[in-house]
Amino acid sequence: MCSICGCGSGETRIGRLRGAVIKHLRKSGPTRAWHRVNSPGLEATFRPAREVAAGSDPDAEAPVSPDVEVRAVPERSSRPRPEAKPVGLRAGGSRSGDGGATPADQSHVSVSPGHLHFGAGPAHAHAAGLSQSEMLRIERDILGKNDSLAAANRTLFQRRGVFTLNLVSSPGSGKTTLLVRTLQALAGRLPLAVIEGDQQTEFDAERIRETGVPALQINTGKGCHLDAGMVASAIPRMELAEDSLLLIENVGNLVCPAAFDLGEVHKVVILSVTEGEDKPLKYPDMFAAADLMLLNKTDLLPYLSFDTGKAIDYARRVNPRIAVLPVSATRGDGLDDWLDWIMQARAAFLTSADRR
Amino acid sequence: MHEMSLAESVREIVLETAQAQDVAAVRGVVLEIGELAAVETAALLFCLEAVLRGTMAEGATVVIESVPGRGRCLDCDRTVAITRLYDPCPCCGSYRVQASGGAEMRVKSLDVAAFGASG
Repeated sequence: MCSICGCGSGETRIGRLRGAVIKHLRKSGPTRAWHRVNSPGLEATFRPAREVAAGSDPDAEAPVSPDVEVRAVPERSSRPRPEAKPVGLRAGGSRSGDGGATPADQSHVSVSPGHLHFGAGPAHAHAAGLSQSEMLRIERDILGKNDSLAAANRTLFQRRGVFTLNLVSSPGSGKTTLLVRTLQALAGRLPLAVIEGDQQTEFDAERIRETGVPALQINTGKGCHLDAGMVASAIPRMELAEDSLLLIENVGNLVCPAAFDLGEVHKVVILSVTEGEDKPLKYPDMFAAADLMLLNKTDLLPYLSFDTGKAIDYARRVNPRIAVLPVSATRGDGLDDWLDWIMQARAAFLTSADRR
Repeated sequence: MHEMSLAESVREIVLETAQAQDVAAVRGVVLEIGELAAVETAALLFCLEAVLRGTMAEGATVVIESVPGRGRCLDCDRTVAITRLYDPCPCCGSYRVQASGGAEMRVKSLDVAAFGASG
């Protein structure tokens, strides 16, 4: 049955994609499941969608032309559609639905006894009630806005030669201690700046400022990660020096910050040996997103059953290219290797950076 | 937890598009989410229901299309299907598989109700 108006035209959908007119086409083959967001049981809501995707049914997609999409939606025809009610169905077709509406163009409506057929023009499209349904193909990245802000940050960092690292880890991995040691070691060698991300308090920024390095604290409130917009609003408040090193300490969270590009050159993930060697497999996204893993708190290894080889192996299963450096921020082990890594990566960045 | 941020981004894209195209209501939203994307789909659906409430997309059906994960095996140099970031290469068993696809997070299309205008 027609999913739009129930007119019995078969498993069809109509619409306009990228502005093109779509024919009303009959569809056969496997069907796709549509589910209301608020249908009972989220399990049931998302599972069929996966099945559909895994169904490897190239025919189901088989567009007639690149601009055409035909899709079967048998469920919807028998479903009440309260979502269509609030707007768009009132005579006059005003979004606000108030009296100031201008009458809708009726030229495409064909009338036969007991049947109002909308979209009777060249499109020969069907419609529900007084409004016509269309499929708009938009193909927009959900994180597109964050990514474009991150790209703007990156351009600005490149122009000023600001080498930026995004430090990510679980809470309590020793990020701030490592930062303090790093800043102390690099003081006088190059201009330094820090952005601290935490849900609440300015404790970490205060610890950084004690080293003499300017630090800006971003409190995300309830937010579980920094995003590019937050960093963009921090930049003008920081007076970043040319050719400086900017270290961004993200919110302690081994999940969400993986998805949000801030405009950094590298993500550096810190895994402390007290956390267990299986973290890279338990939280793979962060290890996949990072270019370097610092294995921190190695001074505690004698007291733990942590298997360093396994931790590195697991991290490389997730990300074969990840570099690994063992460090102890409190005792200073491995710190020189970490500083070398920074200086080398920074040199590579400055060589390639577009300074225009 | 970041599913709420993602849901808010989806809302922004949906409402921006709806406004630009001058549609009456949004009845359906099709999302494309890669198998290797850091998204919990159930949480995303839950958040979407919340953030779409009170908008012209309230109650819209949301379908999530999964995009298969792919990786490049650095040892046998094949592009292979993987469902997790740490899956071994199905051809040679190596774990040196670099994820190369399936991290997509996109709003693919919208099912909208127009103001009775022809196609």
